[in-house]
Amino acid sequence: MGQLQNFSKGFIKDNPVFILLLGLCPALGVTTSAFNGLGMGLATTFVLFSSNLVVSIIKNLIPDKVRIPAFIVVIASFVTITDLVMEAYLPALYDSLGLFIPLIVVNCLVMGRAEAFARKNNTLSAVVDGLGMGLGFAFALTVLGGLREILGAGELFGFSFFEGDGMLVFVLAPGAFIGLGYLIALNNIVKKRIE
Amino acid sequence: MEYFVIIIGAVFVNNIVLAQFLGICPYLGVSSRVSTSIGMSGAVMFVMTLATIVTFLIFNYILVPFNITYLQTISYILVVASLVQMVEIILKKVSPALYQALGIFLPLIVTNCAILGVTILAVREDYGFHLLEAVVFAIANALGFALTIILFAGIREHLEMMDVPKGMRGAPAALVVAGILALAFMGFAGLV
Repeated sequence: MGQLQNFSKGFIKDNPVFILLLGLCPALGVTTSAFNGLGMGLATTFVLFSSNLVVSIIKNLIPDKVRIPAFIVVIASFVTITDLVMEAYLPALYDSLGLFIPLIVVNCLVMGRAEAFARKNNTLSAVVDGLGMGLGFAFALTVLGGLREILGAGELFGFSFFEGDGMLVFVLAPGAFIGLGYLIALNNIVKKRIE
Repeated sequence: MEYFVIIIGAVFVNNIVLAQFLGICPYLGVSSRVSTSIGMSGAVMFVMTLATIVTFLIFNYILVPFNITYLQTISYILVVASLVQMVEIILKKVSPALYQALGIFLPLIVTNCAILGVTILAVREDYGFHLLEAVVFAIANALGFALTIILFAGIREHLEMMDVPKGMRGAPAALVVAGILALAFMGFAGLV
């Protein structure tokens, strides 16, 4: 598999949210706006990229039986770095993402890529995979956040489309589930067309 | 009275799954049968209560006095991971049938954000819980998880027999159902 294909599979074909159904908690929890979704996606991309890099470098040093705890410690260290950096430099975004920043550590996507990919491949492939999957995750969160923002508040990244309130339910919790449900269905159709 | 408010707040108003979006993976993954979802709820309740007690003590008597609260994430996830391992060993011995039924999802409790989320929430300053309140908070959240996942599994058992449009089968239909359930739970908003 070429590196380009390795990179691009995260967007439609193996999209972590739409196809693999990984990392749904932050995908539903923070996507009240496209900006929040993008911020969360990029934070996760950083963690995924770094943890894939480190895991693929140290994979031969870790005994097989204790690999899961070892991966968790690697991931948790990068999450702590992200947490502290965001608190210092992006306080507004940090406040709106809240609990979901430390919870990147239990994002099944990060652990899943370490276990399923970085552990078995060379460093370059692992890094490209981490970057592609992370950006695919960011893409999914931005699309879902954008959809909810347009339907719920009538704006996108601060540009407003219409006056008034919009369908408030899409900014609230039920809109996250319903919006994601329809996006998954749409992605399935697009995937089938491409194939 | 305070405990009552904590319980109602955690089970209905700020429901952990439908309002806070924690624990979505097991919520969608093990909810195809009512029986397995009951088993999962039991495992979650056990781990959540134990994890909250242990992490609460670690946070207040180790991390805060030594001023190393930035180690919260790392220390918490290690506590949760070892607790899950323990529950797995006990279940394997005591109830092999349940162990079989829960299958892959038992180790996945480690990456269940509901557990880690509740343990982090329980030491938040704006709540200011003491130990007993934190334990009640954990149990109430586990009850909230159990209530929603069992309700959801009941609906999904019926959904299987329905004629759902092709593109919506599986995950999309389940998510829309979860959305409608969340809509119903919004009726509790403002109760506490």
